[in-house]
Amino acid sequence: MTTATDRPATATRMLSVRGLHKVYESAGRPTEAIRDLTFDIAAGEMVCIVGPSGAGKTTLLRCIAGLLPPTGGDISLEGRPVAGPPKGMAVVFQDYARSLFPWLTVAQNVELPLREKRLPKAERHRLVERSLEAVGLADVPRSYPWQLSGGMQQRVAIARAVAYEPHILMMDEPFAAVDAQTRADLEDLVRDLWHRLGITLLFVTHDIDEAIYLGRRVLVLSGRPTVIMEDVAVDLPDERDQLGTRNLPRFGELRAHVYELVQKAKRGHRPENEPDAGASGAVGKEFPA
Amino acid sequence: MTVFSPRAAAPLARSATRRGTGRRALAAARRTLVVLGLPAVLIAVWWLVSEEYHSFYFPPLREIVETFGPTWFEGRITGDVVPSLTRLLSGYALAVVLGVVLGVLIGSSAKLRAFAEPVLEFFRAIPPPVMVPILMLFFGIGTTMKVIVIATGAVWPILLNTVEGVRGIDPLLRDTARTYRLRPLTRLRTLVLRGASPQIFTGARQALSIAIILMVISEMFAANNGLGFSIVQFQRSFALPEMWTGILLLGLVGVLLSLIFRAVERVVLAWYRGQRQSQRGGNR
Ligand SMILES: Nc1ncnc2c1ncn2[C@@H]1O[C@H](COP(=O)(O)OP(=O)(O)OP(=O)(O)O)[C@@H](O)[C@H]1O
Ligand SMILES: [Mg+2]
Repeated sequence: MTTATDRPATATRMLSVRGLHKVYESAGRPTEAIRDLTFDIAAGEMVCIVGPSGAGKTTLLRCIAGLLPPTGGDISLEGRPVAGPPKGMAVVFQDYARSLFPWLTVAQNVELPLREKRLPKAERHRLVERSLEAVGLADVPRSYPWQLSGGMQQRVAIARAVAYEPHILMMDEPFAAVDAQTRADLEDLVRDLWHRLGITLLFVTHDIDEAIYLGRRVLVLSGRPTVIMEDVAVDLPDERDQLGTRNLPRFGELRAHVYELVQKAKRGHRPENEPDAGASGAVGKEFPA
Repeated sequence: MTVFSPRAAAPLARSATRRGTGRRALAAARRTLVVLGLPAVLIAVWWLVSEEYHSFYFPPLREIVETFGPTWFEGRITGDVVPSLTRLLSGYALAVVLGVVLGVLIGSSAKLRAFAEPVLEFFRAIPPPVMVPILMLFFGIGTTMKVIVIATGAVWPILLNTVEGVRGIDPLLRDTARTYRLRPLTRLRTLVLRGASPQIFTGARQALSIAIILMVISEMFAANNGLGFSIVQFQRSFALPEMWTGILLLGLVGVLLSLIFRAVERVVLAWYRGQRQSQRGGNR
């Protein structure tokens, strides 16, 4: 849509979620996964989502991705209502190993979506090579996914999403299976990508530090049935690095605050009695909805 | 892409490789011995027993072997074997195409599946040879009839296994294909057919032996050439050694076809074997 200049104007709305409600109807017993979620994400933003396990984070992403029809509410992406997987979106699934084609090599897995975009061959090879290198897998393009470790498979899925050059990238706990050092590298890779390509990023994680380090906003979800506990603005400088940023006093404050919220969410605390009940949170309103 | 250069490491590895080759050759020899051991014993027993046991119906193996050349290599290869194989392969190919196409359609739609599955199970339960007399009524006794007999008998395992295979494709892989907006044709080739290929091959393997049986039976019913026809002719004219060579030849054709089948499967399903091995935790 918009040509990616250095950074698209923050005012344009990329994603809008209004009163999202999702009930799973399985085996006769309905599960209310998401009660009421309302939030906006501007183009070029990086938003992290944290919340207790089973809060419906994956469900939320699948609804946004057009893979799961919501029970109620509206979702629109780049101004168009979502009814099926939209163009220019990539998703890194939580179950990364199952999202790779076992009959294709690593390079073929990364290349497949690029073929579908009808990119010329040279361009495809350049993107495949560069994205594999970026995730530290330059040496295994001809291996098959099942020949790799869990963390390596996860990085293939990330490389595939990165090579696709989407407008919006959604990642569901993408670094859960990698070691701490690789994890730090991948965090910086994601930040760098976000900077360079001006993409919009939606990042689900269990790790509070990671959420604050990466995001400009952190959406804290309550336990099931899910509403937003708080929409926390991360007012840290835009230039971040692993040591410096994490040692800032403000980083510590934010971490304590989000930790507190997640603990409350786990204990079943709900923001129902707050003025803005059930809808978007209070603290970090960055832009008018 | 990176170009690997195994040659660079060759001088160092050469002596190790030679030792490895020796060990591998030994292992291969042992495997061959295991594979051929039982057949060799059976043949030897047959040879010796039939030599002593003078029966009109069970001629000595020596005599059968001596009859083999004159029976088959003087005109019957083109006159009987080739027509039989042509019918077999045409019918089998038809069964594979039909089974995979219908299987993909039925496997892709839950509604169609619920609708068609009971009927399919019923047709699969009918022993294919009973269809021969009926199909003879419609298609006469020519090659068309035989091809159709083979196809209609062999299609069921392929069809049902393809349905299973398509249904069993990981939903997350389907979601991945959808989010990256793979086009229908790519989705069919890269997701559906490859994803269902292990089950398609299972069905195709069962179908191959059914097809051979039906080829013989349809030729025994009504034909003027072919392997099945020849065997019946020999039997009726009491040319028993010749009849036995026909049975041997059928067995050999079956073994050869299954070897070819396995070679193709090895290549196409290499990923599947590798994946299953790695799931079981490494090297066998
Ligand atoms: N297909 C389904 N059918 C029925 N219930 C489901 C289904 N998928 C998820 N749920 C339920 O919806 C709730 C939210 O699940 P979801 O996977 O979205 O949680 P999550 O926040 O991603 O958890 P985690 O952090 O463990 O990945 C859970 O209670 C789960 O049991
Ligand atoms: Mg999840």
